[in-house]
Amino acid sequence: MSDLTKRTAAELAASMEAGEVTSEQVTRAFVDRIAAVDDKIHAFLHVDAEGALATARRVDADRAAGKDLAPLAGVPIAIKDIVVTKGLPTTAGSKMLESWIPPYDATIVERIRAAGMPILGKTNCDEFAMGSSTEYSAYGNTFNPWDLERIPGGSGGGSSAAVAARMAPLAIGTDTGGSIRQPGAVTGTVGAKPTYGANSRYGLIAFSSSLDTPGPVTRTMLDAAMLHEVICGHDPRDSTSIPQPVPPVVEAARQGLSGDLSGMRLGIIKEFAEEKGAEPGVVAAFEAGVEALAKLGATIEEVSCPHFTYALPAYYLISPSECSSNLARYDSVRYGLRVGDDGQHSLEEVMSATREAGFGPEVKRRIILGTYALSAGYVDQFYGQAQKVRTLITRDFEAAYSKVDALVSPTTPFVAFKFGSRTADPYQMYLADLFTIPSNLSGGPAISVPSGLSDGLPAGFQVMAPTMRDDVAYRVCAALESTQEPRLSDMIPDVV
Amino acid sequence: MSTATLPSYEDATTRYEVVIGLETHVELGTRTKMFCGCSTVFGAEPNTQVCPVCLGLPGSLPVANGAAIEATIRIGLALNCGIAKWCRFARKNYFYPDMPKNFQTSQYDEPLCEDGYVDVDVDGETVRIPIERVHLEEDTGKSLHVGGTGRIQGSSESLVDYNRAGIPLVEIVTRPIVGAGAMAPEVARAYVTELREIVRSLGVSDVRMEQGSLRCDVNTSLNLPGAEWGTRTETKNVNSLRSVERAARSEIPRQASLLDAGERIVQETRHFHEDTGDTTPGRSKETATDYRYFPEPDLAPMAPDPQWVADLKAALPELPRQRRKRLQAQWGLSDHDMASVLNADAVDLIEATIAAGASSESARKWWMGELSRHANDQDLDLAQVPITPAQVAQLQGLIDAGTLNDKLARQVIEGVLAGEGDPEKVANARGLAVVSDTGALTKAVDDAIAANPDVADKVRGGKVAAAGALVGAVMKATKGQADAKTVRELIVQKLS
Repeated sequence: MSDLTKRTAAELAASMEAGEVTSEQVTRAFVDRIAAVDDKIHAFLHVDAEGALATARRVDADRAAGKDLAPLAGVPIAIKDIVVTKGLPTTAGSKMLESWIPPYDATIVERIRAAGMPILGKTNCDEFAMGSSTEYSAYGNTFNPWDLERIPGGSGGGSSAAVAARMAPLAIGTDTGGSIRQPGAVTGTVGAKPTYGANSRYGLIAFSSSLDTPGPVTRTMLDAAMLHEVICGHDPRDSTSIPQPVPPVVEAARQGLSGDLSGMRLGIIKEFAEEKGAEPGVVAAFEAGVEALAKLGATIEEVSCPHFTYALPAYYLISPSECSSNLARYDSVRYGLRVGDDGQHSLEEVMSATREAGFGPEVKRRIILGTYALSAGYVDQFYGQAQKVRTLITRDFEAAYSKVDALVSPTTPFVAFKFGSRTADPYQMYLADLFTIPSNLSGGPAISVPSGLSDGLPAGFQVMAPTMRDDVAYRVCAALESTQEPRLSDMIPDVV
Repeated sequence: MSTATLPSYEDATTRYEVVIGLETHVELGTRTKMFCGCSTVFGAEPNTQVCPVCLGLPGSLPVANGAAIEATIRIGLALNCGIAKWCRFARKNYFYPDMPKNFQTSQYDEPLCEDGYVDVDVDGETVRIPIERVHLEEDTGKSLHVGGTGRIQGSSESLVDYNRAGIPLVEIVTRPIVGAGAMAPEVARAYVTELREIVRSLGVSDVRMEQGSLRCDVNTSLNLPGAEWGTRTETKNVNSLRSVERAARSEIPRQASLLDAGERIVQETRHFHEDTGDTTPGRSKETATDYRYFPEPDLAPMAPDPQWVADLKAALPELPRQRRKRLQAQWGLSDHDMASVLNADAVDLIEATIAAGASSESARKWWMGELSRHANDQDLDLAQVPITPAQVAQLQGLIDAGTLNDKLARQVIEGVLAGEGDPEKVANARGLAVVSDTGALTKAVDDAIAANPDVADKVRGGKVAAAGALVGAVMKATKGQADAKTVRELIVQKLS
């Protein structure tokens, strides 16, 4: 049996369906791989080998009994540690939740369990998903399989590194400003942010409610599309989820893989093209991607989105504002960390000491930013103004989509950087999300697919599409993937 | 503390103008909580009616209770408010242990209902109370402070019950009520009474102040005639209608004494004490808490369909004041008599008794007489007296049929209240019935005449009034079971 961890999720599913391999064998292969390489990568905060194998055996029994199974049944998955899992530790990368065991499952976890997918464990992330390098996890760094001296991106560095290092065929990430796509770009994997509201946030530990979106982290577009169809769909427990059918993304990915994009109109964003901060290698990889898509029949034109320039500052007012409120609940009273409860200190002192000890520097920075942006006398000029910018950005998208079917850009201005190189100046870190943030603000789907190498490190290609037209983004990204031989995700250096 | 002497209430209200405002919270009687499916039943074991949502666990999300929104709109309509075409929930951010998320989901600048009024009758005059807004929010949990005085200061520990957390709460805020002068406390009480009646008539809450399902803050300020409004205080812990009036009545001279002494009123909450009728200072509001309101990103905006609102308006029940006016006319009562009926909380009971067949006069007589006395003696609400309107009507039926007289009826009531059954059963069991056997009566009359020859002679001599003594003797002999009118007729007949 060849190394099962080298196969894609779609291939594994097909092999299991054909009876060539069992889910237990597949799951065991990934559990062994984690044991073999994760001490170098540190993608996982918690591994649940027994739970995953138990699920695998149950699926195998069901398959043997001839039961109807979901397409990805038996294919294991890793879940970012900011998504709550009943009975499995969920820390959000924070000391605040070090010992917390959730009593319930997120809706997407329920769907994953219902699909018969073994859950391998929980992956590392920046604390409460705030960061672009996973350096702000309270539990240590995750290392990029391409170069162990470099960051794996963030906040979902653990999920992308786990998939890149073949410790999981699939993973769940969450994307608030780029936390699925940017790690995908810098680890040479696929990261898909579905339309905001296309899936449920119920059980996703909130960072910024109006932006947070869970989505697939995979090595191929078809795998991403298959996972998308497992987790997406309306959920009555999330009032912001959209009561509409999931677009046919698997079909769209297959269509894209056939390599025909005739009739597809793609827009290059003028303001991003003028951005001086992007590394030349990243720009070159992007341009090569555009050329490849044009060869498949897509037409390319430049469109102007004048307000995208203000996306980053608007994001850094809206998301901290919401986070300052969302994270108020961590006060030591009901769950999580408690510090200073020695009978000598008042409730307020205990709350204060707990938050001082439990939150890391980036979380504190954003709570302070958000508290300020919402405070009386400033709320209109900061939070209010940022919301206006958000509306203008959404209008820029609408205007662009009246001319083109999708927008394309580099995913992130630079490839994986070295540890510690951007922590001194928060703004340098925030720039990682320069190109990803607009679609969080508008809510539209956006996918990062590997597009080439810059000095031997992967660069990502981002495709953005109109709200609830996730299928368009899948089709374009899959088409780009079809031009790569070998696939970039198959070129990841083996860390062993 | 001021050493100023306390002016009399009359003196204070002669020299100062009084401005009163009321903020009332009504817990809705919906089956489930505002944002989750937990039960709202009062009095359950602490922390048994909770779930991830109302405990604010990481990842949980609210879903608005449609029944609560409908109830709020109906309250707004009954208070003559305009209903918002589009509005949102907002987060009110502050830290308190009984608030699971450390923000309250409430409404801020976009309430569901705005700009209404309610007419109340005070001493035969109609006073129009302007309503500023009616909005919907969630209740907090309940803190129990152990040790000390029961308040948080000086307590040794605090326990929190989250059963109440998330119960839908409607806040009804008046505009400042001016010009009521010395009547202000009575106007305040009349308003809260009327509000309670209205909410009860809508069937959306049991509005029980003693259980906290109706809670009221009384804002009071004084100013010299012609001067600007003074600084207000906000009296809390006002747990009965009587306390509403007493709280205002105690606050007015207190503020007057400070103003007389040239001191300023501290903007603060004050805590009302039921036992002494005094208030003591609570939290200072001199430095306004910054609640950092912003629109709740986890909930969709509300846009009540105008046709639905029109249908709700058309379907409102007859409101209490209209109903009272109608019943007063139907029952032919003076304002004074109607006021007594209202004070005794007897309207529903009398109406039901009439519906069960009694005349309005007799229904009122029993409830306002014998049964009110019983309620007072036993310290019960009239509705708690263990007799039903149907039983009262049956009792009156027995009187009308000549089976009972008033005196016997009172004995029957005793039996009913003692749990011996319906009036007919009690009358039968106790052998209580008017003696209608004329043979026995004739003998009793003959005996009385024989025993009182002098009186008999007077009657024969034309002094018919003297027959009373003979009637009394007969009644005594028949143990009250004779019909006094029949006895008198027999005597006069015998002696004429």
